[in-house]
Amino acid sequence: MPRRLWVRIAIVAVVAIASIWYLYPPRRTINLGLDLQGGIHLVLGVEADKAIAAQTERAAEELKGSLERKGIGVSRIAREGDTAIAVQLANPSSWNDALTVVGELGTTYERRDEDQAAGRFRLVMTQREADRVRDLAVRQGVETIRNRVDQFGVAEPTITREGQDRILIQLPGVQDPERAKALIGKTAHLEFKLLDEHVTPEEAQAGRLPETDELLFERRIDRQTKVERRIPYVVQKRTLLTGAELNRAEVNADPNSPGNWQVAIEFNAAGTRIFGDVTEQNVGRRLAIILDGTLYSAPRINERIPGGRAVITGQFTVDEARDLAIVLRAGALPAPVKVLEERTVGPSLGADSIRQGLIAITASAAVVFVFMLLYYRLSGLIADVALGLNLLILFACMAAFGATLTLPGLAGIALTVGMAVDTNILIFERIREELRVGKTPRSAIEAGFTRALRTIIDTHLTVMVTAAILYNFGTGSVKGFAVSLFVGLAASLFTAYFFTRLLFDLIFVRRRKLQAVSI
Amino acid sequence: MIELFHNPNYNFIGNRKWAYIVSILFTVAGLISIAVHGGLRYDIDFTGGTLIQVRFEQPPTVAQIRAGLAKIGYPDSIIQQFGDAREFMLRVPLTTTTPEEVGRRVQSALTADAALGKFEVRRVEFVGPQVGRDLQLNAIYAVVAGLLGILLYIALRFDLKGGVAAVVAVFHDVLVCLGAISITNREFSLPVLAALLTVIGYSVNDTIVAYDRLRENRGKLGSQKGLSFADQMNVAVNQTLSRTILTALTTFFSACVLLFFGGKTLEDFAFVLFVGVITGTYSTTYVAAAIVVDWTRYVEGRGKRPKKAVAKPGEPRVKSHV
Repeated sequence: MPRRLWVRIAIVAVVAIASIWYLYPPRRTINLGLDLQGGIHLVLGVEADKAIAAQTERAAEELKGSLERKGIGVSRIAREGDTAIAVQLANPSSWNDALTVVGELGTTYERRDEDQAAGRFRLVMTQREADRVRDLAVRQGVETIRNRVDQFGVAEPTITREGQDRILIQLPGVQDPERAKALIGKTAHLEFKLLDEHVTPEEAQAGRLPETDELLFERRIDRQTKVERRIPYVVQKRTLLTGAELNRAEVNADPNSPGNWQVAIEFNAAGTRIFGDVTEQNVGRRLAIILDGTLYSAPRINERIPGGRAVITGQFTVDEARDLAIVLRAGALPAPVKVLEERTVGPSLGADSIRQGLIAITASAAVVFVFMLLYYRLSGLIADVALGLNLLILFACMAAFGATLTLPGLAGIALTVGMAVDTNILIFERIREELRVGKTPRSAIEAGFTRALRTIIDTHLTVMVTAAILYNFGTGSVKGFAVSLFVGLAASLFTAYFFTRLLFDLIFVRRRKLQAVSI
Repeated sequence: MIELFHNPNYNFIGNRKWAYIVSILFTVAGLISIAVHGGLRYDIDFTGGTLIQVRFEQPPTVAQIRAGLAKIGYPDSIIQQFGDAREFMLRVPLTTTTPEEVGRRVQSALTADAALGKFEVRRVEFVGPQVGRDLQLNAIYAVVAGLLGILLYIALRFDLKGGVAAVVAVFHDVLVCLGAISITNREFSLPVLAALLTVIGYSVNDTIVAYDRLRENRGKLGSQKGLSFADQMNVAVNQTLSRTILTALTTFFSACVLLFFGGKTLEDFAFVLFVGVITGTYSTTYVAAAIVVDWTRYVEGRGKRPKKAVAKPGEPRVKSHV
């Protein structure tokens, strides 16, 4: 046997063995798309402007504190829009002192619309800083959500940033989509604020709400009637402590209300110190525990609490309490998120899809196999073996790249089966043609393969170009289709040309006396 | 050996005037259908909205479900039976309420209606307005980019005439497929878009095989002596005929299997492939090859300055008499 032939056999053997290696065991190696195994696909939009607004709010607070400490009177300091802080000094003569304080704020805000005589100016966040905050908000959002999902316990989740301000989340196999969505989408901004007991909620609702206060609600749901009641509270706007200072959050049974659960939290060192100070200075007052703008409870402070421990109560079921503990541990999202796209597939539908997809592929492959065998006999069998290797390589590539097999992906494979065979048809028809004009079988095979090659490369390249374009512009399931089509065609170049040729050489060309080709 | 054709010699190119009429009829019929329906019917992938797929234990009537949805203020919902009699797809157009809210409301409305019995929610999809618009734009980009890629590839490998003719052929196929979608009252969804792009690839594949053969024949010195360009094209089409039909048949089988066994989810996808294989095979000869032939004749006939034709310059040239 010529040495070149050995090399070619070795190449095919290596490819085949590598394919089997990657494919074993099949259940664990090929990622099934959400449409095949059930689960949730979510695209969230991060409302990054809110993060910018929050940053500006904090800067305004900080500036106010610094000015007050320096004894500079300010009659108004407030956030305007998302990026600006308006400052009105009580006395224009303190202009220069005020500017020194403002300078300490750093270069992230620029001074604009100055009016020294009136003692008035605005601070506007620079575009660079805004971009940075925006970018950070999305990046932190991805991290936080990944953290939450990990604690929730989902096998092989996908959480990635998509474009400027979107987050793509795929949770395969999740049984309870509503709960998972609540867990992911919750901002989980935990705040501790003091209740203002000088103003009754009724007065506040009538419009007599002091500027430093806000009206918040507690939601109470009657377990029997499912009716929701909203109880108003007047709360001071100033945030004393946030969930950022949390160390631990755990679930335990609520001793005061049987059947309900509560979340026990523990602050870190800094949080413990602040919490101790706050409780010491405000004994006798009520401290509101607020999550995402909803008040959960407002216990009265009886004495200084030194250990940095608190409890969030509020008619939680054990699952709700567990999820709340998870989001508190994982931290708050830097900006609220909005669901832009959601696809939930129940596991039963996924199972149906797999079954139907497999039937379709098997049937379409079977039809092609039988057709080739009948029409081209031994050569048809060779093409069928090549097709088998093609499918093997295709699935192995998908396993190796970690590509996801979706329902349109299965369709793409079914189509690859049809088009891979086209390559063999091209070659075989060409060989027949050469035989017809009177060539010997040996030279007809040689000529058939050589002449068909250019056409085969052209046809494969154009369709692969289309698949690549599809991959770049498509989303989700269309991408899956493009991947399997592209990989399938690449494999077809190898199997339908290289491998078929090898089999022809082994079976026909090597014979000492080749009288006829079974084609 | 089994042979579909033995040395076929049909006068495909000679009959191209009739084919032009057929092509125009089909594309115009499709366009009229699209116009009459007020444009294509887009799936929620493109319009935005909420889709809920439900399987009931007892088969309900559409009217029962509609009554349930009307009660919660979604009278415009589209209710479709999906697969067997117990399975339904409900589509609620975009509203001002959040998707979670829509899903929850629909579920509680269905639960509240005792006549409907027990049910299982099998799938919920929500597409926001922004995402829907993005998908629409991406779809257009994808098709345009795909066509440009093909045009460029063929123009480089063959010549500009061939590239333009191939793109016109592909465009013809896309129009016929869109018309077929509209006439059968199907929706334009993401899988349909994927199928359309596959049809583009398939159609071009077919066209390239014919061009390639023409170029090869013209490369053989003297073999085409005494043949007009139209005849040369006709020979190439006939030479590749068995391959064309065989490949069309296998791909057609694949599409049929998908159409009949692929389930409801793949049905529209398979339908487009089904139509696309037929029109893609047809357009190779009667759109792409025909245009190249007429274009070449036009160029050659102009002022009797035969300088360049498709594929290879400097070939022995014979005046056309088709």
